[in-house]
Amino acid sequence: MNKIIKYVFYDIIRNKIVLAYTLFLLLLSIGLFNLGGSPDKAILSLLNLVLLTVPLISIVFATTHFYNSYEFMELLVAQPINRKKIFMSEFLGVACSLSGAFILGVGLPVLLFGVSITGLYLVFTGVFITFIFVAMAFLASVITRDKAKGIGIALLLWFYFALIYDGIVLFILYTFADYPLESATLALTALNPIDLGRIIVLLNLDVSALMGYTGALYKSILGSLWGIGLAFALLFLWVIVPFISSSRIFSKRDL
Amino acid sequence: MKDLNKLYYIFCTLVLLLSGNVAFGSTLKVCKSCAYTSVKQAVKMAKPGDTVLIEKGVYQEHGIEIDKPLTIQGSDNPVIDGNYKGQILTVLASNVTIQGLTLKNIATSYRQDDAAIRVVEQSNVRILNNTILNTYFGIYLQNSDNCVIKGNVVSGKNVTGLNESSLGNAIHLWYCNNAEISNNKVRGHRDGIYLEFVKDSEVNNNLSRHNLRYGLHFMFSDRNVYTYNTFTKNGAGVAVMYTRDIRMEHNTFEDNWGAASYGLLLKEITNSVIYNNTFRRNTTAIYMESSSRLDIQRNDFDRNGWAVRLLSSCSDDVFKLNNFTGNSFDVSTNGNSTLNKFENNYWDKYSGYDLDKDKLGDVPYRPVSLYSMLVERVPPSVMFMRSFMVDLLDNMEKVLPSFIPENLVDEQPLMKKIEHDNDRKLTQVLR
Repeated sequence: MNKIIKYVFYDIIRNKIVLAYTLFLLLLSIGLFNLGGSPDKAILSLLNLVLLTVPLISIVFATTHFYNSYEFMELLVAQPINRKKIFMSEFLGVACSLSGAFILGVGLPVLLFGVSITGLYLVFTGVFITFIFVAMAFLASVITRDKAKGIGIALLLWFYFALIYDGIVLFILYTFADYPLESATLALTALNPIDLGRIIVLLNLDVSALMGYTGALYKSILGSLWGIGLAFALLFLWVIVPFISSSRIFSKRDL
Repeated sequence: MKDLNKLYYIFCTLVLLLSGNVAFGSTLKVCKSCAYTSVKQAVKMAKPGDTVLIEKGVYQEHGIEIDKPLTIQGSDNPVIDGNYKGQILTVLASNVTIQGLTLKNIATSYRQDDAAIRVVEQSNVRILNNTILNTYFGIYLQNSDNCVIKGNVVSGKNVTGLNESSLGNAIHLWYCNNAEISNNKVRGHRDGIYLEFVKDSEVNNNLSRHNLRYGLHFMFSDRNVYTYNTFTKNGAGVAVMYTRDIRMEHNTFEDNWGAASYGLLLKEITNSVIYNNTFRRNTTAIYMESSSRLDIQRNDFDRNGWAVRLLSSCSDDVFKLNNFTGNSFDVSTNGNSTLNKFENNYWDKYSGYDLDKDKLGDVPYRPVSLYSMLVERVPPSVMFMRSFMVDLLDNMEKVLPSFIPENLVDEQPLMKKIEHDNDRKLTQVLR
């Protein structure tokens, strides 16, 4: 399995997209940290960009990579290797290289310019989001054999989580404004990894004072170590569920 | 030569007259080796008009009642330690001056509201340059007119985690007219300066910080003037309630930051002016409820959560020539109120243009964003702050306004930030 991961890893590094991605993140974060203002402010701006670009790039890159390495996978399936193992190594290879790029591109500047708990949460959230969206990309790619369709599904998934979902929830909140919605909002945000990540970081910045009663409720739940653990456990669930379901489809499917 | 002699005589008579005035009251010294070893003793023996001079040292005393016009003066910071046994100085006469003392240690007393200095139904009392440490109430005036409280330092305890009812106010005035409160530094109490039914008074150059509730709190206190005060890190900077004809100028409201914090909280206040103040890093810089005919001009709103929360119960308020920079929300409102006016302010979020170069934007600016309205109506939606969808909605609404109040608008926003000291000319032209 390690050997396959190594091959996948080399393959990804060779095609230079990950390198460009690393540089892009690096430039972005160094630029934001040097633009003046406090590190907190830079982390806030960085958060916005990370939550938009990281899922998009992860999901698109992982989908295209999956389709491009189809022949390699077919070759491996011909060998006496368990399909689950092949799938697992593909997943780990892609996810680890992308999160490695993220850690280099964002983690390093955060470490250099703004070491804080919040910065740490930002990096953790970014890594989790990379894993989640790679898992979703694999799910999209095993559903259909058609590359265009697969990328379409992947993009739709990104679009849904980054944009549409918030719109829907805001609409729901607006419609049911007369009811106490604090806990409902909590549940609804847990259903979107991007929102969850954003809130974990925001609650640790002093912007959280603006969030009033709802913010206080969130803080009482997510503020403790236990709550942060719960939030990251939820994010972990977001990795596991799409991964296991796609792995199951992959091992049963006729390639 | 004769003239000079005459002058000399006149001068001598004047000096004699002046010194005679001082000598009119004798001076009673209090120290460990003096005739009087306790303040209480000296006050008891003193005649009206005398000066009680307290020398350096620590005096364990409480319950000193000043029942005649005296000057109580400390030299070299004598300390009177109340030992948590009760009130230290109670003034029961007019024309008393208390100066240069350090008073400390008064226990929390729910029944009597014990204070370091209490003035009861007198007038012309002057409380100058005292240091008051670790007390329940600091300076407490009731029914006393024409008093001066100047240059005092009132310092309580660290208020984090304490209950409002377990703390007293640093300077507390109740039914006192024509008071002058200036150059005081207060911290660590429930309210820094508390005024109730206080009319025609002045509050200047005070520094009020780290108080649990308000830096300055006043209710039913008309025709007062507040200038050059600084309110930092209080529960709320200033709360003004049920009051009219107030002037608030050149004050600074800073770092009143927390889930329920305000820079300036206005409730049912009318006919007042708020000029040249600075609001920096407050959760809500100005919160206005049922307030009308306020003139809010030439203020700086910098890096606040909400710069102005204008509830729809407010009317006829004018915002003019203010700077709004770096606020999360510039203005938010809960209704479709169109009764207030915004004119010639500078908004850093303004993206219009100025073709005729008159320094005024040609496109009107609507300071209320869709999201701020949504948050006002559905508070839980604040959790979507900084979401990409929210930015998108706000920008769409900016292009095609349909939900935000159509008439809450600055028709001619300024293109450049106003330097309030340098740009007098511009403000004059616009006025």
